[in-house]
Amino acid sequence: MTSIPAGRIIRFALLSLGALMILAPYIFMISTAGKTQSDIFTSSLSLIPEHFYFAENFAKALSKVPMATLLWNGVLVCGMIFFFQVLVAIPCAYAMAKLKFRAARLMMVLVMLGLLVPIHATALPLYVAFDRMSLLNSYTSLVAPFTISVFAIFMFLQFFRAMPDDLIHAARLDGMSELGIVARVIVPNAWPAVTAFAIFSVVAHWNDLYWPLIVVSKQAYATPPLGLMYFRAAEAGDDYGALMAATLIITLPLVVAFLFAQKRFVEGITMTGLKG
Amino acid sequence: MSALSLRGLNKSFGGNAVLNGVSLDVEAGEFIALVGPSGCGKSTLLRILAGLDHADSGEIFVGGRDMSAVAAADRNIAMVFQSYALYPHLTAGQNIAVPLAMKRLSRTQRLPLVGSILPGQKEIRTGILRDVREMATVLKIDHLLDRKPGQMSGGQRQRVALARAMVRHPSIFLMDEPLSNLDANLRVHARGEIVELHRRAGVPTLYVTHDQAEALSMADRVAVMIGGNLLQLAPPEAIYNDPAHIEVARFVGQPRINIIPALAEDGRVSFEGIRLALLEKVANGQVSLGIRPEFVKLSPSGRSGLGGRIDRLEFLGSEVVAHCRLDATGDIVIAKLAPHEARDLIAGMPVGVLLLPERAMVFGPEGRRLRTASAAPARQEPAYV
Repeated sequence: MTSIPAGRIIRFALLSLGALMILAPYIFMISTAGKTQSDIFTSSLSLIPEHFYFAENFAKALSKVPMATLLWNGVLVCGMIFFFQVLVAIPCAYAMAKLKFRAARLMMVLVMLGLLVPIHATALPLYVAFDRMSLLNSYTSLVAPFTISVFAIFMFLQFFRAMPDDLIHAARLDGMSELGIVARVIVPNAWPAVTAFAIFSVVAHWNDLYWPLIVVSKQAYATPPLGLMYFRAAEAGDDYGALMAATLIITLPLVVAFLFAQKRFVEGITMTGLKG
Repeated sequence: MSALSLRGLNKSFGGNAVLNGVSLDVEAGEFIALVGPSGCGKSTLLRILAGLDHADSGEIFVGGRDMSAVAAADRNIAMVFQSYALYPHLTAGQNIAVPLAMKRLSRTQRLPLVGSILPGQKEIRTGILRDVREMATVLKIDHLLDRKPGQMSGGQRQRVALARAMVRHPSIFLMDEPLSNLDANLRVHARGEIVELHRRAGVPTLYVTHDQAEALSMADRVAVMIGGNLLQLAPPEAIYNDPAHIEVARFVGQPRINIIPALAEDGRVSFEGIRLALLEKVANGQVSLGIRPEFVKLSPSGRSGLGGRIDRLEFLGSEVVAHCRLDATGDIVIAKLAPHEARDLIAGMPVGVLLLPERAMVFGPEGRRLRTASAAPARQEPAYV
């Protein structure tokens, strides 16, 4: 019989403890989603619900808010944001990484500055601008502020710098235009970076409450986190069971996506160079 | 009219001159090797030629046409890169097809989906496929066409890169150290193949390498470039036997040429009993005497030649290289001997070092070759002695 070394046991125990701490709220959320209102407000804290109330809570979550609309809005907004971010960032990062032009240094400074400015700083002017353009309560107002992501530019820039210059020279000699190089050489080889960026972008915008709360007041344009706000019924008190059930539903797509593509995600994040 | 001619190319990076007025002509069907130590500007020259970089001044003509305003893609110059630069996401066949697709298909015909339903594109695509197969057969890579670069060996990738460059029948062929990533055995084999391919296709080729043996063995003419200056452009025999500059003499030849300081006085150069009459006027003073190791003879008895001592003997199979130190001056002189000549030699023993004066070359203080009365006929003689 082989004995497991003590160091490994300690490491495993520490990691398990860490994982448990991170998972605890989620586990508690699952538990709460299965409790009745009275169970939730008892003074005793139990993980296993006394009466299994899952079906009722999920039914309420699905009926009280237009869950399908919320999820669809989430997919649409995240999809559009991601699409435009990549569309803008890839050519921009390519130019900054591989072309020689005078403004490159200045652009690099601007990108760095952009990384330092949070959305909260620019929220008010943006809100006023959208209001003047009568674009509040629209997909445009949800998507437009995020289409140019300096983070994406920065990330792709690092990735493209590692791409061999000769590859681009060969493409030029083969007769490709600069846009052709981006479409035919850069993009097909940038998947690891795009995947890695997709995680950051989709997770951030799927879970974002701040910006939708500012520009959207109509349920038709509400994103999933905003939809959760509708469970806060002022007169009846908060319906925590249904709220937790709804939260489970809206976090489910991300959890499933991660479990399915876990390997690729980790690859994407660790992948920094391109091997020819 | 030359297939390619360069006129006074200058290039500097941040005040550092990389090319100093380089002029060069490549004749139709010629194979020219551009050789020099790393950082001498040869790769920069190639990139400027291909249109990937711009010279500060100077002109480039391909077939008599000025290329200064022509984009890289329109110069019809093909290049093989040291790293091969194959598209990693495409198969070998697709890699070879790229330059043809870019040339023969219109912008709309290249579009995915839309392009595949446009009239006329099908025939073009079949033509491209046929040409790719043909090229692959010539290079014996037809069995690799469905593999991606990541699944191929270095030698196979190098062939695919060659095929991609040759498939569109360029007017000039540039190669940037295409063999330096191959292992030694494969390299010698690939040399022969590239020369053979060049002979068959007849495309004028400029081949950049830092390996002087590669340059001498492959090229019709060798251009030696050192420190951004093109020092000599001549057939391999002339480069070796009749170098125009001390740096050329030093760079070419293995083991390196012996350079010994000597004195020029009244039109004669003298060194320890060697007297050479100079054909041109030179101010009295220090010059350099160059003599190839194969023209140094050793006499074990020590009766003839300059007194010296063997520092070290290197046995190389077909030859023995002896490093000798001269007693009088302390200079190291290297001798290349046939094994039977070296039979009686051992390290540490005193020997007589015989420099064949008719094979000695004289270089002026700034490195330029000075003609001497006896060295002049060396040009006509064969390389072996």
